[in-house]
Amino acid sequence: MHRPMYRVELRDGADLDGFRRALRGLVALGVEPDEVTWSGGSAPSLFGAIPEAGAAPLPADAPPVPLPRPVGDLIGTVVCHRDPERYALLHRLVRRVVRGERDMLDHHADPLVQRLAMLDKAVRRDLHKMHAFLRFREVRDPDGGERYVAWFEPDHFIVEATAPFFVERFESLVWTILTPVGSLHWDRRSLTVGPAASRPEGLDRDDRFAEGWQRYYESTFNPARVNPTAMRAEMPRKYWANLPEAAAIPRMIRSAPARVQAMIEAEAAAPRRRNPDKAVAAMARQEPATLAELNRIIRAADPLVPGATQAVLGEGPVGAAIAIVGEQPGDQEDLEGRPFVGPAGQLLTRALEEAGIERGAAYLTNAVKHFKFVARGKRRLHQSPTAGEVKHYRWWLMKELGFVRPRLVVTLGATAALALSGRSVSVLRERGPMRFGQTGEGDWEGFVTIHPSYLLRLPAGEGAEQAHRDFVADLRRAREMVEGAG
Amino acid sequence: MDDALLDKLEILADAAKYDASCASSGAKRRTGGPDGIGSTTGAGICHAYTPDGRCVSLLKILLTNYCLFDCAYCINRRSSNVRRARFSVDEVVRLTLGFYKRNCIEGLFLSSGIIRSPDYTMEQLMLVARTLRRDHGFAGYIHLKTIPEASPWLIEQAGLWADRLSINLELASDRSLKEFAPEKDGTSIKAVMGQVGERILEAKEEKRRFSPAGQSTQMIVGADASTDLSVLETSDTLYRRYGLRRVYYSAFSPIPEASSALPAKPPPLQRENRLYQADWLLRYYGFTVEEIAAGGEGGMLDLGIDPKLAWALKNRERFPVDVNRADREMLLRVPGLGARAVDKIVEARRHATLRLEDVARLSSGLKRSRAFLIAADHHPGGLTDRADLRQRLVAPPKQLSLF
Ligand code: SF4
Repeated sequence: MHRPMYRVELRDGADLDGFRRALRGLVALGVEPDEVTWSGGSAPSLFGAIPEAGAAPLPADAPPVPLPRPVGDLIGTVVCHRDPERYALLHRLVRRVVRGERDMLDHHADPLVQRLAMLDKAVRRDLHKMHAFLRFREVRDPDGGERYVAWFEPDHFIVEATAPFFVERFESLVWTILTPVGSLHWDRRSLTVGPAASRPEGLDRDDRFAEGWQRYYESTFNPARVNPTAMRAEMPRKYWANLPEAAAIPRMIRSAPARVQAMIEAEAAAPRRRNPDKAVAAMARQEPATLAELNRIIRAADPLVPGATQAVLGEGPVGAAIAIVGEQPGDQEDLEGRPFVGPAGQLLTRALEEAGIERGAAYLTNAVKHFKFVARGKRRLHQSPTAGEVKHYRWWLMKELGFVRPRLVVTLGATAALALSGRSVSVLRERGPMRFGQTGEGDWEGFVTIHPSYLLRLPAGEGAEQAHRDFVADLRRAREMVEGAG
Repeated sequence: MDDALLDKLEILADAAKYDASCASSGAKRRTGGPDGIGSTTGAGICHAYTPDGRCVSLLKILLTNYCLFDCAYCINRRSSNVRRARFSVDEVVRLTLGFYKRNCIEGLFLSSGIIRSPDYTMEQLMLVARTLRRDHGFAGYIHLKTIPEASPWLIEQAGLWADRLSINLELASDRSLKEFAPEKDGTSIKAVMGQVGERILEAKEEKRRFSPAGQSTQMIVGADASTDLSVLETSDTLYRRYGLRRVYYSAFSPIPEASSALPAKPPPLQRENRLYQADWLLRYYGFTVEEIAAGGEGGMLDLGIDPKLAWALKNRERFPVDVNRADREMLLRVPGLGARAVDKIVEARRHATLRLEDVARLSSGLKRSRAFLIAADHHPGGLTDRADLRQRLVAPPKQLSLF
């Protein structure tokens, strides 16, 4: 009969480091799994692999064993299991992988793979249940700060493995987790792993939220659907002791049939034919009735684009013959709270004049009501709104134009054309008259032209001058359309 | 937390419990960091289960159960005599944070009766979400129920802060909706779904955050005369046309203060179960609504067996199926084989020819599948076509034990 030739002593619990060290040595020497006995819970002085008489000592500096990622992950969870055979099983797995069965874990029907998969599953389930069922209680902190303590009893050696979850979720709190197999303490900066603990006394005192949670739990239960088997499958009794809400479970189940009976017996109330006018009127009343009301809503709303200090509302008389829609307020507009006051706005004002349109008689607004920008040092760099952002603002624009009722809507640039037409428009190719509103809302006589900021970006010269003349010609044509129609 | 707040919590949790959706899944990973609070993990966590077997994942409450509307199936309708209460925005924020810090919840599910006006109500819901996110750096899950009658811009603002938006259709047909919920309008509900669906898609493409966990809805079954077929057809449309993430089915449950416009008796809970199974087949198993409905009779699913088995029993000429050869689509149609088992089978058979005991290791439903499967050492022979196969596969109904 074959005799084990190595004894490996590991720390109590999940000794991943110890296992890794031993494994490297064993693999380096090609030791077979059945030549090793593993044991946990040894005195620290004994940690390590102890060769028996006649066997070579394990090299202390054996190289890492290259393993496929899924195998490494599996080892990480399985070492947390309580099964005393876990290390031996993992050694057998690694031996086979090293011998060439690299994708061994895909052999779902292999008995070893299956056994390990069960251990893996049990540990994962335990982790998941600890994430789920652990409850913090707020405790009085000597310095008056917020402090939380929890007591939990996991099945396996998973306390350290749960730490990342709790640290990530409750990074800004000070908390302690106590369990019979170890403890964790987080002080908002660093994690301390501590020894096993026993159940602390009086945790539930003074925490009214624990009481509130109990009341919530009872209220959210529907007695008409009582199904304790389904509950116990997911939340077995062993967890109940540490769940504040579980104390009520037996009573909730006992009283359920009577509660349901009472509901069924209580005579059904005849539907009181209450007049729905109030509800209908409330719906109608909420619609803004005037441009001023709409503007109040827009001013009070949060930006739907990043940046912006305030909403920039449209400007001009209700009933204006021409409405001019730009893209979005710029830096200066955002600061002043008025549309078209920046460099592009000044250019527009001049172009309107040349085209014979009085700025004050037109209605000026933007497709997007907030300045979207990114801050680069002191500068705020304009960002074009995305198509989705334009659509967020479209509701307001449609309502706004609905109040103004212009005879013609002139869009400046691609964003405004998108907002009005509901599709992406190539401005240089499609500039000129366009009927908006095929999509349903907002049926407008329209005119597509460039945005004045485009002119600002052109290098000075004959091209720029021509572009400017074209822009003025567009505006003049728009004016003629309105006059012709008027 | 004082007594008055506790009382309100009781009323407004009780009023919200008839909403079936409680999932906290689908959110992108996110953490609150050193100044905020919380995280989302993707799959979501059930922090408790109530004795009805349901998962408690989110703090599911109403902002208020006062309501201007009068939907017959709803306990909060204006003509009901229930106790009423109303939270302030700040109270909901405090409760959410308090329970969250004690690791009781993944986040908040907030709905509301309609007070003052749909816009006013929607704005309050939005403000809760905004306060949690902006003022407290809350990174947990937020599911907001939208009020379809509210102005579109308010719904879109809510989407900036919420992980998921939902709009309950409640009843599968527009006709029932008219009858039971006189102030509601099926067309406008679907219009809002369309609107939200578009915004979600655009935001995803533009890598912006807008209801990143999608939208969902709920339908009540058994309150009106709709058949399972028409319910499933509606779901199918919602999944396809509006890109809904989930449709929840809620078997109409007797409510205190019931209206006599409703059926006196609740539908069997099993009906809800079967609809969920059918929904699953629709989304993940390649079945069509017609195929699923054909497994039952007269547009209703077979309550005695699951819809996949029902389909298989009526389509026996397509079985038995060889586990070592059949394509994935056909394996998915084998009763008792779940999608995960099928994937494992497909992977494992590349390395070895599978015998029945191998299949048993990979799937827990072998009892049902063996009549429909061929393995290296197994052929069901005449079993597949036996007239009493159904009886053999269906265990006599178990009595529910109440402890
Ligand atoms: S609107 Fe909502 S809360 Fe009001 S009665 Fe209808 S379903 Fe109930």
